[in-house]
Amino acid sequence: MELRSTNESNNTLLRSIDWLTVILYLIMVVAGAVSIYAASYDYDGASMFAFSEFSGKQFLWIGLSFVIGFSLLLIDRRVYEAYAYPIYGVMVLLLAATIVVAPNIKGSHSWLVLGPVSLQPAEFAKFATSLALAKLFSTYNFSLKERRNFLRAVAIIVVPILLIILQNETGSALVYMSFILVLYREGMSGFVLYAGLCMIVYFVVALKFSATLTMGISTGAFIVFVIIMVLILAMLFIYCRSFILGRNVSLGYMGAALLVVGLHFLGVDINGYVFFFTVIGASLIYLLIGMFHDDLKKVLITVIFAVASIVFLFTVNFAFSKLQPHQQMRIKVTLGIEQDLRGAGYNVNQSKIAIGSGGLWGKGFLNGTQTKLKYVPEQHTDFIYCTIGEEEGFWGSAGVLLLFLILILRIITIAERQHTAFGRVYAYCVASIFIFHLCINVGMVLGLCPVIGIPLPFFSYGGSSLWGFTFLLFILLRIDAARKDYGAW
Amino acid sequence: MRKDYNLEKRKFVIGGFIVLVVAIYLFRLVELQLSDNKYKESADSNAFVNKTIYPSRGLIYDRNGKLLVYNQPAYDLVMIHKDVQPFDTADFCNTLQIPRADFEKRLAEITDRNKNRNYSPYIEQIVIQHLSAQDYGRIQEKLYRFPGFYIVKKIVREYNYAAAANVLGDIREVNAKDIENDKYYNPGDYTGDLGVEKSYEKFLRGKKGREILIRDAVGKIKGKYKDGADDVTAEAGNDLKLSIDIDLQEYGERLMQNKIGAVVAIDPSTGEVLALVSSPGYDPALLVGKERGKNYAKLVNNKYKPLFDRSIMAAYPPGSTFKPTQGLIFRQEGIVDLTTAFPCHRGYINAGLRVGCHGHGSPIALKPALQTSCNAYFCWGFKRMVDMKSKYGSVPKAFEVWKNHMVSQGYGYKLGIDLPGESRGFIPNTKYYNKMLGEGKWTAQSVISIAIGQGEILATPLQIANLCATIANRGYYYAPHVVKSIMGVGILKRFKEKHHTTIDSRYYDDIAEGMRMAVLGGTCRTANLPGWEVCGKTGTAQNPHGRDHSVFMGFAPMNNPKIAVCAFVENAGFGATYGVPIGSLMMEKYLNGKVTRTALESRMVNSNTIAYSGVKKH
Repeated sequence: MELRSTNESNNTLLRSIDWLTVILYLIMVVAGAVSIYAASYDYDGASMFAFSEFSGKQFLWIGLSFVIGFSLLLIDRRVYEAYAYPIYGVMVLLLAATIVVAPNIKGSHSWLVLGPVSLQPAEFAKFATSLALAKLFSTYNFSLKERRNFLRAVAIIVVPILLIILQNETGSALVYMSFILVLYREGMSGFVLYAGLCMIVYFVVALKFSATLTMGISTGAFIVFVIIMVLILAMLFIYCRSFILGRNVSLGYMGAALLVVGLHFLGVDINGYVFFFTVIGASLIYLLIGMFHDDLKKVLITVIFAVASIVFLFTVNFAFSKLQPHQQMRIKVTLGIEQDLRGAGYNVNQSKIAIGSGGLWGKGFLNGTQTKLKYVPEQHTDFIYCTIGEEEGFWGSAGVLLLFLILILRIITIAERQHTAFGRVYAYCVASIFIFHLCINVGMVLGLCPVIGIPLPFFSYGGSSLWGFTFLLFILLRIDAARKDYGAW
Repeated sequence: MRKDYNLEKRKFVIGGFIVLVVAIYLFRLVELQLSDNKYKESADSNAFVNKTIYPSRGLIYDRNGKLLVYNQPAYDLVMIHKDVQPFDTADFCNTLQIPRADFEKRLAEITDRNKNRNYSPYIEQIVIQHLSAQDYGRIQEKLYRFPGFYIVKKIVREYNYAAAANVLGDIREVNAKDIENDKYYNPGDYTGDLGVEKSYEKFLRGKKGREILIRDAVGKIKGKYKDGADDVTAEAGNDLKLSIDIDLQEYGERLMQNKIGAVVAIDPSTGEVLALVSSPGYDPALLVGKERGKNYAKLVNNKYKPLFDRSIMAAYPPGSTFKPTQGLIFRQEGIVDLTTAFPCHRGYINAGLRVGCHGHGSPIALKPALQTSCNAYFCWGFKRMVDMKSKYGSVPKAFEVWKNHMVSQGYGYKLGIDLPGESRGFIPNTKYYNKMLGEGKWTAQSVISIAIGQGEILATPLQIANLCATIANRGYYYAPHVVKSIMGVGILKRFKEKHHTTIDSRYYDDIAEGMRMAVLGGTCRTANLPGWEVCGKTGTAQNPHGRDHSVFMGFAPMNNPKIAVCAFVENAGFGATYGVPIGSLMMEKYLNGKVTRTALESRMVNSNTIAYSGVKKH
């Protein structure tokens, strides 16, 4: 009886597993190993499979990861749910122990050395944290709107972040920020995302255009003021659905803009601060009066948003001056304000050269000069995307991006077809982690994000990260394969 | 399990977000990989070291195959700043035995774009030029300790003769303008500066070769790119065979020592210049190597201007050597025939104007006028022609006819010799006199001195020698040139063209005869050379710089001439005293291969007229 049931379950497993994801996974790990071979290839030309080469080792890690993946599929999905907290607990202890035990490797204490193998517990903490979050959200009658639940969720996320920061691996710690997407999906107000996005935009614009003046104030501040005005209007129309207020305010803004342009041609230039404070201030006062005829709360939020935006603008420079010099440098280099090709900008500049020199079809496998001659540092780990860009060109690098896009969209689809909150939340955790890695890693290589040292999943060299992502993905596949069992359980 | 469909819509926000990010990244990829070539170039400049291989510069021989100029290797220490890594400056300076402060100053100079407009961290910059053999040996051994520093082998010129500097010229390092004008050059390259080194630069320099090496991020050379498939071998420059006879040239320079002036000898049958002496000259070896700058400045500041090639750059009044041209024009225009005689009572005396002359019979016809160099004859002839309204209509029209004849004989314009800086001399035209004297206000009388090669007329010694060649040829010349052949290319086309004058060839015989008479029994008897029929004409050119210039032009033999000479000695008095002996000795040397008139020779070699020169300007 027992035996037959297991057989049946295995047959169903083969049929109900999400093969598209498995195939994407296989393509990526193999492409990854080939890229690693190309990235670490020296003209002496050792075999791709030689264990002395990075690629040879990576093939070993891949083989082991198949074993891990297969084993994960054999475990009953209920085990993951039942042992979610214990797994999380063990991982937290491991992270804490690592801080003390791990040797100092380039200032970071994140590697556990077990004989010939070094492991990075932070990579494995990702799936553990995901399981714990999923478990929390699947408790009976759970609602994020209750502050207690919200704080619990935040605690589950913050504990590993703190421990990893203590290991001096800030990049890996930032990955956990991606869970904000999960919180959003599960009911956290979208306003948090909106506000966060606005803050980033204000920050980037204000700093990037700080060198020139418009209307007597920095161009950055000028553009931010204009953005704030546009956002006020957008919120009035879309969020408050108040067409009368929106129309009146936009007429007022347009009138003011025409007036200031007209005065400019007459030879009278008005100071930007005076202009924007007057115009935005007047519009906000008008809204405070007008809101009593309308959706009071939403208009009030709009006004508060506008005021907060202006306050934020003025704190940007102050906040920026509080950063460490090398952090300031990294941000400035990313924004293109500073050129520092010997220092902070060296990696990014060389990686842009590598990718840019690939052209449409690339230089061909093993023909990349930038990567072969070691101009790009960390080319087999964090900057592996350079090798693809240089040797396989636009088609190769765009293809990799599209593979990731398909994988992430597939995971979101899988998430939404789950019958349990546990399955859905876990799947979103996986999706969020992939989104974060893809955005930051590729963005960094393309010179669009600051340099944060995190790997490109399945492509970057390293057993820990490959196994970490394998854990994440195959647990998801196992949970998904069992979604039809839900009724029986 | 309840499902909140309101929240499920948020999948579109999350999915939309990642779609948006991927779209932005794709645009970025398009921008980096597809929109411009800049990154490809950067990658290539990272990975490939283009090593220039310098071709050997063409050698220079004289007309008899004697080697004049050849190459010697020299070593420059250069750096590619981008590749320079911190190094032991003290060790570096000790090895080269230079004070550290000097070295640091030199580095600062190289990187200062105000002083060194060609500075680029990617291009070789010269740190020390022309290392001595010892320094080269020492630094070569230790070079691996100083990444970014390289030794570049260059060539410097060496000279077998301390002569003909004005013809040979020299080479110098290219400047910013050269690099702008010609993509061939890189900073530190050499280019011809004067002489044939300049005018034949494109033949002499050859083609640079290139070697592409692969270099990794720490600057280590990993080998040849594609095993050298794209390398280009250097092509040596073409050798030059000059028309100069170096023995004759040296001899001319010896005769002219302590004198200012020029001697030009031309082979009339080809236009090849046999000797082109400008005095004072200089040793071409002065402008080579480390001391070049210092020596160059000395030459520039020398008050006798040795760098000024008087044979082709100086425009002098030709004096009486001009008279044959007048005889030719008068005959061509039918103004005189051989029997026409003009009166000369110790000069041309007309309407209160007197152009002096010396004692001889009167009236006088063309040939004896040439023999005795009579001023009056040519003034009267000139006056008759220019004032002949019945034939020409007006003075200006007659004068234009006269001017065109002059131009056809090689005066007033550059002859096009293959050396830089040739002067065009000066032949006035109607417009010039209209402006100077007023339209309709001048006649032959007003400009009469030009009939005897004074007044406004200016000619270079080369033009005078060329005129002499024209007479020797009876009416044509080849543009004079100093390169007989570019090895592997031949001679330039323009030197194969015959230039005919507007004077009929038959009139030339009389002129040649007059010049022959001058040698046999006229003004230039010293020019007589037993065994050769020498024709000659003296000139004593008045000038605003002091004593008259002593001029001689002559050719020999009278028929089928082999050599035409002009000797021009500044402020040396009568044509017969210096011009004739020097010109004649040149002929003897060339025609006989040796000089037997040793007394005359040593008088010329040992004389000094430089004291009389009113050196101011030319």
